[in-house]
Amino acid sequence: MTQVLNPTVAEVVLSCRELTTRQINGRLRELPEGSVVRITEARGTHNLAVGLRHRLDITIEGNAGYYTAGLSDGPDVTVEGSVGWGLAENLMRGVVRVRGNASESAAATAHGGTVIVHGDASSRAGISLKGGTLAVAGDVGHMSGFMAQAGTILVGGDAGHALGDSLYEAIIYVGGTVRSLGADSRVEDLTQADVRRVRDILDIAGRDAGFDHVDPENITRVASAKQLYNFDALKNQRY
Amino acid sequence: MCGIVGLHLKDPALEPRLGEFLVPMIEDLTGRGPDSAGLALYDRGVPDGSLRWSLRGPDAGCDWSALAERLGEDIGQPADVKVKADACLLTVKAPADQVRARLGEIAPQVTVVGVGESMTMYKDVGTARQVCDRYGIEQAGGYQGVGHTRMATESAVTTRHSHPFSPAPDLALVHNGSFSNHASIRRRLEDRGLVFETDNDSEVAARYIGDRLDQGDSLDDAMRMVLKEFDGFFTLLVTSRDEFAVMRDAFACKPLVVAETDAYVAVASEYHALATLPGIDGARVFEPQPEEVHSWVKT
Repeated sequence: MTQVLNPTVAEVVLSCRELTTRQINGRLRELPEGSVVRITEARGTHNLAVGLRHRLDITIEGNAGYYTAGLSDGPDVTVEGSVGWGLAENLMRGVVRVRGNASESAAATAHGGTVIVHGDASSRAGISLKGGTLAVAGDVGHMSGFMAQAGTILVGGDAGHALGDSLYEAIIYVGGTVRSLGADSRVEDLTQADVRRVRDILDIAGRDAGFDHVDPENITRVASAKQLYNFDALKNQRY
Repeated sequence: MCGIVGLHLKDPALEPRLGEFLVPMIEDLTGRGPDSAGLALYDRGVPDGSLRWSLRGPDAGCDWSALAERLGEDIGQPADVKVKADACLLTVKAPADQVRARLGEIAPQVTVVGVGESMTMYKDVGTARQVCDRYGIEQAGGYQGVGHTRMATESAVTTRHSHPFSPAPDLALVHNGSFSNHASIRRRLEDRGLVFETDNDSEVAARYIGDRLDQGDSLDDAMRMVLKEFDGFFTLLVTSRDEFAVMRDAFACKPLVVAETDAYVAVASEYHALATLPGIDGARVFEPQPEEVHSWVKT
């Protein structure tokens, strides 16, 4: 049985012109579980919808600034424009979707949840990823996936220089070209498990996310060559 | 940290409103640089080979009319002054070196902020709002302007240390970041006779570019040489009479956002400084690629 979360609740509208960022995040924190919220006139405002620990359905109108939906553990956030640095930084849970482009360090250190960018992401996308999923329909900039420890990065377009430098256990899939690989990352053969994983991500991303050109059976898998890092799975070390 | 803004107008109809657009942009980046602020504005300029000097007086004040009269007598050309708070624009038809030397002798307490046929420059300690109000920037017109808000990390907070730096007539440089080998490059340039006004790292980049231009480089080439010679982190915006150019270092960890429409090219360290511009929703918005010079030439 599908549980409908509070179907009668009206959409709450919070305007960045009328409220400070602190007031907006405070109001979001006080809203009941399952509330539907629209944040208007973002105009590049930083730190919107951060540090939230319950389920909300948040839409941000326009372009948002740095650290959008960062440090969150529950809400689903959709940005109808583009975002600045550090999108969904340290995300724990929830789906964060950006219909435009994302600037540097998208999904940095995300432990969980899914971050979907319909456009391009800039440098250092998925840096130090710790278990979350980052899916970018377009291109990513240089040093993406740097020191990513766990989780998955899917790039629909092309990847910039030094992809996956010093990778640990995260896996990167690239639909287009890779300008260059970073230290200790390598291209590996695609397995059926990889194909299933990419299909799962595409299902979550949805049909309008701009991944139509991505063929899960014909994609490049980039993983760690394991010459640099010191985790030892056989010794039951955890990461 | 530091904040950078720039506006290069393609549509001449917008020129009377340059200051009106630029002031909210620079003010928006006060948080990135609350120590000092500065602007370089470019307009249609002064006629017939005259130069316009952006000067700043000492705290005790300056009798600008008397200074202009004396300078005019000494060099045999009338000098016109327009006073703006503690600063003044002095226009005179005489070679830059001659005027600079004469000013140094008769008014050593006056600082030359910048000089050019098209460029005027204002900078001071204080917030962007204070500096813009003091010099009436909001009312200024022109076809191009740059601004900088400074958070000092490596040298003193004074007017001379604030940005923009102007190493040559009509040339302005603003910088977000820090250079680590500026002392070595400074020594090399000093050995060749270049004179520095401060111990600021950004001034070294400005004078380095000015020197390359003197040797015949294009602005784009001079900026690319910065990539080869300088260590450190930088986003640079450099403007001349007819060019507007930005460049980021290989790591590109100092931000810059560009918004381009048919009417203008605008840049800012953070997007929200561009959000008040007309037509911004329809602009092509992008980040400059690492190690690439992005430049626009006045048509």
